[in-house]
Amino acid sequence: MFENLSDRLDHSFKLLKGQGRITEINIAETLKEVRRALLDADVNYKIAKSFTDKVKEIALGQDVISSVKPGQMMVKIVHDELAGLMGGEAVDIDIKANPAVLLIAGLQGSGKTTFAGKLAGLLKSKRSKNPLLVACDVYRPAAIEQLKVLGEQLSVSVYTEEDNKNPVKIAKSAVRHARREGFDAVIIDTAGRLAIDEEMMNEIALIKKEVNPQETLFVVDSMTGQDAVNTAKEFNDRLDFEGVVLTKLDGDTRGGAALSIRSVVDKPIKFMSAGEKMDALDVFYPNRMADRILGMGDVVSLVEKAQEHIDVEEARKLQKKIAKNQFNFDDFLAQIQQIKKMGNIKDLASMIPGMGKALRNMDMDDDAFKGIEAIIRSMTLEERTNPVIMNGSRKKRIATGSGTNVQEVNQLIKQFDETRKLMKMMSGKKGRNMARMMSGGGLPGMGR
Amino acid sequence: MGIFTREKKEKLNKGLEKTKESVFKKLSRAVVGKTRVDDTVLDELEEVLISSDVGVDTTIKIIQRIEERVSRDKYMGTSELNIILKEEISALLSENKADGDMDFSIPSGNKPYVIMVVGVNGVGKTTTIAKLAHQFKNKGLKVMLGAADTFRAAAVDQLQIWADRAGVDIVKQGMGSDPASVAFDALSSAKANDLDVVIVDTAGRLHNKINLMNELGKIRKVMDKVVDGAPHEVLLILDGSTGQNAFEQAKQFTKATEVNALAVTKLDGTAKGGVVIGISDQFSIPVKYIGVGEGIEDLQVFNREEFVDSLFS
Ligand SMILES: Nc1nc2c(ncn2[C@@H]2O[C@H](COP(=O)(O)OP(=O)(O)O)[C@@H](O)[C@H]2O)c(=O)[nH]1
Ligand SMILES: [Mg+2]
Repeated sequence: MFENLSDRLDHSFKLLKGQGRITEINIAETLKEVRRALLDADVNYKIAKSFTDKVKEIALGQDVISSVKPGQMMVKIVHDELAGLMGGEAVDIDIKANPAVLLIAGLQGSGKTTFAGKLAGLLKSKRSKNPLLVACDVYRPAAIEQLKVLGEQLSVSVYTEEDNKNPVKIAKSAVRHARREGFDAVIIDTAGRLAIDEEMMNEIALIKKEVNPQETLFVVDSMTGQDAVNTAKEFNDRLDFEGVVLTKLDGDTRGGAALSIRSVVDKPIKFMSAGEKMDALDVFYPNRMADRILGMGDVVSLVEKAQEHIDVEEARKLQKKIAKNQFNFDDFLAQIQQIKKMGNIKDLASMIPGMGKALRNMDMDDDAFKGIEAIIRSMTLEERTNPVIMNGSRKKRIATGSGTNVQEVNQLIKQFDETRKLMKMMSGKKGRNMARMMSGGGLPGMGR
Repeated sequence: MGIFTREKKEKLNKGLEKTKESVFKKLSRAVVGKTRVDDTVLDELEEVLISSDVGVDTTIKIIQRIEERVSRDKYMGTSELNIILKEEISALLSENKADGDMDFSIPSGNKPYVIMVVGVNGVGKTTTIAKLAHQFKNKGLKVMLGAADTFRAAAVDQLQIWADRAGVDIVKQGMGSDPASVAFDALSSAKANDLDVVIVDTAGRLHNKINLMNELGKIRKVMDKVVDGAPHEVLLILDGSTGQNAFEQAKQFTKATEVNALAVTKLDGTAKGGVVIGISDQFSIPVKYIGVGEGIEDLQVFNREEFVDSLFS
């Protein structure tokens, strides 16, 4: 709906052209778009309202610089304001104490246990800690077992008292145990609970009081809707937590809950978790989250991902070939392999600004290249490097060999020709920029 | 039986009584005696709906319907507003074929009747399965569970514990085994033993992971090989506190597995689950059940009126 916020804002700013200044009247339509974007991203209703009011204040009276499109300017205002609200620099966890005690709290199904495991893994591998996981979810069937399995995977000790139904006591004796046995970090996993469940909220407040953690972390599902504010506020009122953890960000949620939570409780978002694997844990980047909420894609991540996987040398060679118009089917195949290495294509592409929505409806999976690959693989070496020799009988043979038909082969050849032309054309100024990005020079104009 | 019969919910409602009155009073006051809905009403209504996760598009749709209705019916009093709101919003919720039948039952004609349960991580799939098994068992049906979440740590143990509590059979293999093979075993065993219902649990997966979504399609196909037309029901579980992303979940899961029933969980909390209105409308999938707690009894058959009521409570 919002794949291109700046386009939409440009459109709603048409009125503004030639007026030179942003005024109450000409900004109204734009603010409506901004507000809608926030609501679509699950930013709380009231917060979206006050946020747009604030944006309006900032924007009013600003000169419209002729060189910048007004839409872009508004996007920048909105983006900066969002990122600012979500906190400047990343805030680290406090693990100086020995043992450092970390208490994990949150709603049912928010991802506490998985996060507890990931945190233990992180403390162990990156912060040279000797962590102890503590199983205090005595309610959900097999919750203790789940933590034990994770502990085993990570080679981290797990403290359990299988017959004890009192999480407060378990937590206390776990900390004692840690002291005695030389664990210098204690991560307490607790049962999921609703903020309105008096009894359960009392219980976790009591755990906190008894073990006096350095960090109480509130874990919240990034797909949470309007209710995020209520829950966060209630948990914070009871626990006065140190930080927030956003989970399941490997999904395609826009994650407006992050903004809502930041607005109602003035606590930093300390971690974001994006994947079921134990190492999928990252510190929180307000800038990226702002992009995401605005549906502008996560350009930074994309560039980083590309840098991780694209062979710089290969990219240079390729560029030369393009310039000399020597790009052939083998290169095409190699390119496909590169892209496939980077992971799920749809995931990747959706990180490109403006692509998210467009792609969602498209049937694009990892097998998207299967047909193409099969066709190219059925070509002889000569056909691949010198496509002009392609004729009817060759095409027929390729079709049979690849389990496709001549029509599909023709289509691929046509596409390839067009791509080649396009590449040749672009190997001017733009092409160089593209290659620079691919060889790790960063996306032009995307630096902050 | 409804959302409000729950003790917890009653407690909650007491706490919210003040806001409850004011929202509705404000709405009513603004409408009474008017022939068109003015902006105050629309603003109020918008706030109520958006704050319940109904979403912008569906909210606009509802507001338009109310406007049309008011201009057609001219005069409107407080009680009429209540009725109109309920009618117009309910109309968007897909008709449940079992509607009116406020009971846990399965359509006849398929033996075993196979239910495949899908959804993203942590929404309450396994718990809902336990609750359903319990209800079916109480109705005298013979139930079998299939532990096809072979991925998440201790998922099989979790379902096993529930199976014991509900007193129903379970088919399982080791962690990491092929979920399609577990489904195959569960259905074969149910068929051989002449059972009535099979409910197959699956691992939670985010709907944008194509390989995992394709895996669901594979599990589905295997079922059909054992029992004709299986799965007869593909039940998508949505977490009631999820926002607009639930749309994408519904879309992708439907694409991968032809979802034909929805369950909304965790409605014992403060979240309203309003996003299902738009989902049910757009994809024509009925909401069958709602989860209102962690206990085995905490499942209810969905009731449109009560659900809409709860948006305004
Ligand atoms: N309050 C509440 N919690 C629920 C409900 N349904 C499930 N849960 C809890 O949500 C968490 C995740 O449930 P689970 O069934 O394991 O989810 P799954 O990963 O989808 O199988 C557990 O702690 C459940 O007890 C519900 O209706 N209300
Ligand atoms: Mg499960």
